[in-house]
Amino acid sequence: MSTPPPPMPQTAAPDWQAAPGAAYPAPGSTHSGYHSPIPVVRTHLGHAIASEWTKIKSVRSTMWTLGVFVLLVVGIGLLTGLVVSGSDPDAGGESPLSLGFFGLLLGGMCVITLGVLTTASEYGTGMIRTTMVACPSRGRVLAAKAVVFFLLAFVVTLVCATLIGFLHVALLEGHNAKEPSGEEWLKGTVGISLYLALLGTLSLAVGSIIRHSAGAITIMIGAVLAPLVIALFMFSSSLQDVQQALFEYSIPNQMSIFYANSLSESGPSGWDPLWIMLVATAAALGGAFALLEKRDV
Amino acid sequence: MIELEGLTKRYGEKVAVDRLTFTVRPGIVTGFLGPNGAGKSTTMRMILGLDRPTAGDVRIDGTHYDRLKDPLTYIGALLEAKGVHPGRSAYHHLLCLAQSNKIPRRRVHEVLDTVGLTAVARKKAKGFSLGMGQRLGIAAALLGDPRILMFDEPVNGLDPEGIHWIRTLMKSLAAQGRTVFVSSHLMSEMALTADHLVVIGQGRLLADTSMAEFIEHNSRSYVRVRSPQRERLLDVLHQAGITAVENGNGSLEVDGSKAEYIGELAARNQLVLHELSSQQASLEEAFMRLTAESVEYHAHSGAPEPRQQWGDDWRRG
Ligand SMILES: Nc1ncnc2c1ncn2[C@@H]1O[C@H](COP(=O)(O)OP(=O)(O)O)[C@@H](O)[C@H]1O
Ligand SMILES: [Mg+2]
Repeated sequence: MSTPPPPMPQTAAPDWQAAPGAAYPAPGSTHSGYHSPIPVVRTHLGHAIASEWTKIKSVRSTMWTLGVFVLLVVGIGLLTGLVVSGSDPDAGGESPLSLGFFGLLLGGMCVITLGVLTTASEYGTGMIRTTMVACPSRGRVLAAKAVVFFLLAFVVTLVCATLIGFLHVALLEGHNAKEPSGEEWLKGTVGISLYLALLGTLSLAVGSIIRHSAGAITIMIGAVLAPLVIALFMFSSSLQDVQQALFEYSIPNQMSIFYANSLSESGPSGWDPLWIMLVATAAALGGAFALLEKRDV
Repeated sequence: MIELEGLTKRYGEKVAVDRLTFTVRPGIVTGFLGPNGAGKSTTMRMILGLDRPTAGDVRIDGTHYDRLKDPLTYIGALLEAKGVHPGRSAYHHLLCLAQSNKIPRRRVHEVLDTVGLTAVARKKAKGFSLGMGQRLGIAAALLGDPRILMFDEPVNGLDPEGIHWIRTLMKSLAAQGRTVFVSSHLMSEMALTADHLVVIGQGRLLADTSMAEFIEHNSRSYVRVRSPQRERLLDVLHQAGITAVENGNGSLEVDGSKAEYIGELAARNQLVLHELSSQQASLEEAFMRLTAESVEYHAHSGAPEPRQQWGDDWRRG
């Protein structure tokens, strides 16, 4: 049934002939007939970042998750500050910054959610196909999403953490609280913000791997809580080492290390949690990239 | 220009696209026709680099899609599945696409105007009707003023006015010298828009021909005869050297003879006729015959057993 294609009908193209600068392509020429007046540009990561920035700020779910995050971090921070300053005249030489921990721990759930949504929601809506058609370099799309999300999460967390840091220091003035050192300030603001932003970026990578928002959020929240919960129920003494490790390397405990150097003798200390999270995030992004290249969109 | 060469896609055991080789040329509307599940959408996704081919190759003006430095000014595509975040406004949807290809912001307003969505540009996409959603998809396809346009079943679910609008649009785009590649499972739709026709069935190429040629070859005219003396009529026709094909509902179809001649033949042999009419096979029928052959060919590969009826399996089991 198949017949050879006929010669190109060149009669049916009045506008094309009139188009300025449009060459009349010979049959079999490798170029299509139409030439757009829009200038040709070589696109790069910067364009993809601009696009992702527009995307993330133009959906309400971003505003919701970030709004709840601010509410949790500042609200819970303010509450704990008020309760402690109102009931406890002696803070026992503790750093007031450590009171910010609870709010940031809960706020972490919002960061995880937003991270997952940044990638996984595009699979749910089918937007990912539109995105990948506009930017066929899949690695560039993932990188742009990671950069935009990381910076957004970092800046928002930093502002909140710094705000409640000052608040707690002010509230606990005269309660025998420790005056935080420069290093403690750095860890309690920049450090914890980098950590949460990385945790969110890890979630973003998991979202890209799982391609399902609810599934990826469940996995990430499980990863945050499960080690602590499991450790809690390890009664057998033969499992004591495992229990200890689960506890020490659980994400909540690692977050607490940004507020106190010596929670336990062994395990991560100082800036260790940040490096651990950095390695985990890099590995997850690497895995997400490899899968993205391999799979169909 | 889009060139496919032995393009193949397997999903596990299922061969969705089977060694497709054809070229889509500029300046005309090329129709991509096939029944549901023939592999049209899969082929289009492979052209856009979304699905990786199992074998074969597809190039846009000689380049792989993911090598295009400014993809949206090369190809604009309306895919079957709606690629829009329901919570984002039409304006922001188009803006983020424009930004990723450094397309000037004024183009967003231009295409919104072209498709008639300016009034609802700031509304969320989830409130859009089917037709509005389709218009938004077309606006995205036109955003980069591309030289190649691809539409996957663009008229599905549209009202007559919307269908007319899309037909006119596709023709005018092709008239400007662009390559227009549009899929459909309706022959009648293609007959109205396409200059060239690529037909596939079960992932295989069945025809690659100009529309005019397809119509010429397939607008079969025949004579329908119905008689209570069917066996005798068959004998008489046979003796006159005329082959008749039995139609499912008891009538006969005769190719290559005039109704007058058959009527006279019947009279001479004193046959009673209940029906004698000249018929023109529609293109839709031609298309169905074409694709049915491909189905049959698959079912019988080699073994000449009688064709199975639908439901045979479970009746016997
Ligand atoms: N992602 C997929 N996984 C498995 N099978 C698929 C997938 N996409 C398409 N198919 C199958 O491939 C065949 C062709 O589908 P499709 O390209 O959508 O056909 P069309 O667009 O012509 O209706 C169908 O049988 C379909 O079930
Ligand atoms: Mg389809």
